[in-house]
Amino acid sequence: MTRYSALALAREGLRGHRGWRPAWRKPDPKPAYDAIIIGGGGHGLATAYYLARNHGVRRVAVLEKGWIGGGNTGRNTTVIRSNYFYPESVALYDLALRLYEGLSKELNYNVMLSQRGMLIAAHTPMQMEICARIANAMMLNGVDGSLMGPQEARARLPLLNDAPDARYQCLGGVWQGRAGIARHDAVAWGYARAASALGVDIIEGITVTGICTTDGRITGVETDRGPIACDRLGIAAAGATPGLVAPLGIRLPVHDYALQAFVSEPVKPMLDTVLLYLGTGTYVSQSDKGELVFGGGLDRVPTHGQRGNLPMQETIVSGLLEMFPAFGQLKLLRQWAGVVDVVPDSSPILGPAGPEGLFLNCGWGTGGFKAIPAGGWLLAHMLATGDHHDISRPFDLARFAEGRLIDEAAGSGIAH
Amino acid sequence: MQIFPCPFCGPRDETEFHFAAEAGKHRPEPAPEVTDSAWADYLYGADAPKGRAQEVWVHLTCGEFLLLTRDTVTREVLDVAALPGSREAGT
Repeated sequence: MTRYSALALAREGLRGHRGWRPAWRKPDPKPAYDAIIIGGGGHGLATAYYLARNHGVRRVAVLEKGWIGGGNTGRNTTVIRSNYFYPESVALYDLALRLYEGLSKELNYNVMLSQRGMLIAAHTPMQMEICARIANAMMLNGVDGSLMGPQEARARLPLLNDAPDARYQCLGGVWQGRAGIARHDAVAWGYARAASALGVDIIEGITVTGICTTDGRITGVETDRGPIACDRLGIAAAGATPGLVAPLGIRLPVHDYALQAFVSEPVKPMLDTVLLYLGTGTYVSQSDKGELVFGGGLDRVPTHGQRGNLPMQETIVSGLLEMFPAFGQLKLLRQWAGVVDVVPDSSPILGPAGPEGLFLNCGWGTGGFKAIPAGGWLLAHMLATGDHHDISRPFDLARFAEGRLIDEAAGSGIAH
Repeated sequence: MQIFPCPFCGPRDETEFHFAAEAGKHRPEPAPEVTDSAWADYLYGADAPKGRAQEVWVHLTCGEFLLLTRDTVTREVLDVAALPGSREAGT
């Protein structure tokens, strides 16, 4: 693997950039691996990388139906944060945030992490009470959270709608300074490159058609390019997970919905933080290229189709214009949707399921991107050791039968 | 805007409808004999089918529940019927 550096860039610049090599190998599948991961998004690639790096398991394959990072990893709005309510959630998402903070160095790949802070804005004294509760919970759980007042919020967001007749006045809200955004494709490509260099086979354009078991143990997978043997199988396939495990008799508490995202034409810098309005449900940040990247709630119609519907587009765009009337002059550049796997308590499912050797990493719903390093770290731990990590244990599938939900929908106000 | 059919009111905007559950779920009885896992499956379990799906929806404006048969990939509505036990459609 060629090391990326300013020196390498200068050298290639002088040679007309003819020396760059593909960032990861394109191997054919081998007949057997120690571990197979279904799903070549951020979580699957991170799992493969940490399996090789943390646990020395290098006979690993990542099987991706489409192309690397072409699912939700390439479709999200790139926000990274750990402003959750319950200790279990904060431990999980802050592990991800801490790993993100060192990721560019770790992978020798610039993921363009920009910790520009995030404000969840409140509009009523009652909402400010809830924000204080979340900020206090974050501090008790050992992460940086604070309650921001109206003056500071307005100073940070000068274009905010402060008309006397504005539907939602900004009274401040929960602030997390370490939150921010990153380049989503770079996260997938960086993990793929680093995993490939450690010997992981990343196989794109391969469809898993079945999971093979013998006497209640995983023995491999059937694919459209033939069977591949393994005794440990990780699934990190988001909305495709229920369909993959259904033939094993496993029913998951997962509903699939479309989540939309939007990008405006690029403009000069005028928004240097991430903002979520509780009143409109719309959130927005400005990318390094100058585009506004924004989104909102789920489409209300369960679907596997990767496109959004018009009523939610109207809700999200009108919400943005309520927050920033000046944005009404901008044109939309692109709009798209991803299929997200939504769980009743808005917390992920991490852990074993069904036959011995099978581990799931799914149910991230609308918040999978921010959790990629942690999801990979924990699934790698489970595949390598056969047992939970302390951080993943509360997120076991058994929590639904035990009535031990980690209800972030109620805890931190996730809108689904 | 997609138009959904209500067996009682006719074609209406999709925003008037709310997804309730996948069809075919039956509350396990009798309660003292229901295991935790069977109850959890009844409360939370889903098939999330890709393609043809039968779902219970409610038309919020008339308050009636209905059975929609949809394609979950194309979003096409294939069939609609009143739920058994509803008042008769059109009356």
